[in-house]
Amino acid sequence: MDFTLWDIVRNLLAGLQWTLLLSLVAFVCGGVAGLLLLLARISDNPYLRGLARGYIELFQGTPLLMQLFMVFFGIALFGIDVSAWMAAAIALTLFTSAFLAEIWRGCVESIGRGQWEASGSLALSRLEQLRYVILPQAMRIAIAPTVGFSVQVVKGTAVTSIIGFTELTKTGGMLANATFEPFLTYGLVAVGYFILCYPLSLSARYLERRLHAPA
Amino acid sequence: MPLLRVSALHKYYGDNHVLKGVDLSIEEGEVVAIIGRSGSGKSTLLRTLNGLESISDGVIEVDGEYLDAARADLRSLRQKVGMVFQQFNLFPHLSVGENVMLAPQVVKKTSKGEARQLAEQMLARVGLGEKFNAYPDQLSGGQQQRVAIARALAMSPKVLLCDEITSALDPELVTEVLGVVRQLAKEGMTLIMVTHEMRFAREVGDKLVFMHQGKVHEVGNPREVFAAPQTAELANFIGAVAQAS
Repeated sequence: MDFTLWDIVRNLLAGLQWTLLLSLVAFVCGGVAGLLLLLARISDNPYLRGLARGYIELFQGTPLLMQLFMVFFGIALFGIDVSAWMAAAIALTLFTSAFLAEIWRGCVESIGRGQWEASGSLALSRLEQLRYVILPQAMRIAIAPTVGFSVQVVKGTAVTSIIGFTELTKTGGMLANATFEPFLTYGLVAVGYFILCYPLSLSARYLERRLHAPA
Repeated sequence: MPLLRVSALHKYYGDNHVLKGVDLSIEEGEVVAIIGRSGSGKSTLLRTLNGLESISDGVIEVDGEYLDAARADLRSLRQKVGMVFQQFNLFPHLSVGENVMLAPQVVKKTSKGEARQLAEQMLARVGLGEKFNAYPDQLSGGQQQRVAIARALAMSPKVLLCDEITSALDPELVTEVLGVVRQLAKEGMTLIMVTHEMRFAREVGDKLVFMHQGKVHEVGNPREVFAAPQTAELANFIGAVAQAS
């Protein structure tokens, strides 16, 4: 059976869609979980803080691939049938949330003590201080590194090919086997990732220049 | 009954005993100047009065609010005790008007329209009615500090704490801020200021508190105390300040 270049590209594009979808799910869910984690990480309850810190250390200190295996095989251990897609989405969400929470914590801590003291002495509660005074300022600083980190998420989705999720890399692998053209196929896979990541890198750099200027 | 009473107040930072049993009582409408060398505990004392610093022992009472080492209802305390800082600490992402409107809206659930009206009144009171839509970084230091005063006043506090509010200002901007404070004093606002402006303290103050080594070393009417200090430490301090200026 002969494959034209278009056949390869067509199939890779189908895989690319899943990579894109997985990245989006991981980033959005990871962002929401990361925000909750951030609140725990900077809460005034020491237990909550410690718990969040442990979680972040765990996910920053182990390879994404191991996290994926733990989710994929770990959930199966409880007799729950988990699809490769589900496992990939959960593992990447956990991974993303840990990193985003840590990035955002740095941004929150870069807001001066005076802002906490001034809002506190106006009788705002801690959550109100965050909501109205601290986070709006921290968000401005956080945009560039957050977009920058999204590149890591997109590239991170590649490891999910190992548990059989047919995203871009997995599709590439299957095509390479079928076409005996590994260099061409994987070259095109790389181009696919680049097309997703380069605009993100560019916009991160642009945002950094624009927003990082002193207010 | 005094508006504010501090009894046997102690504060430790680790092993460092910063406040060593402070007693102080302040009547409604009084203008109190707290002076003393750096490290005497004057700023720490001021910051305990609205719970920015926790206390290790003793009691603070402000208009029925009760605060000790174990319990503190900071939300209701802080609605009665406003504060203005040396570094202004305006919220840079909000306009001048929004800076003033924020706490009434969030804490007191004032409607937006009412908060706006209130903010306009408060800004007019500090002479910045026309700056409602400006952002803090477009204002001079003196104007920023006046906004900070308006922001505190919008919560209608019983007491206003001023922590060296002119120390970060260029000399030519000090007068406009002190002018606002003087006006507040005239209107009967209870003011507690940590200050280096001795002349201002003497002119406007009803009570002078000299802090020395974590204690209230001498208290009295500023004009009398300046003319005839009872302790050698205060005499020394006044002499040193006079020499410096």
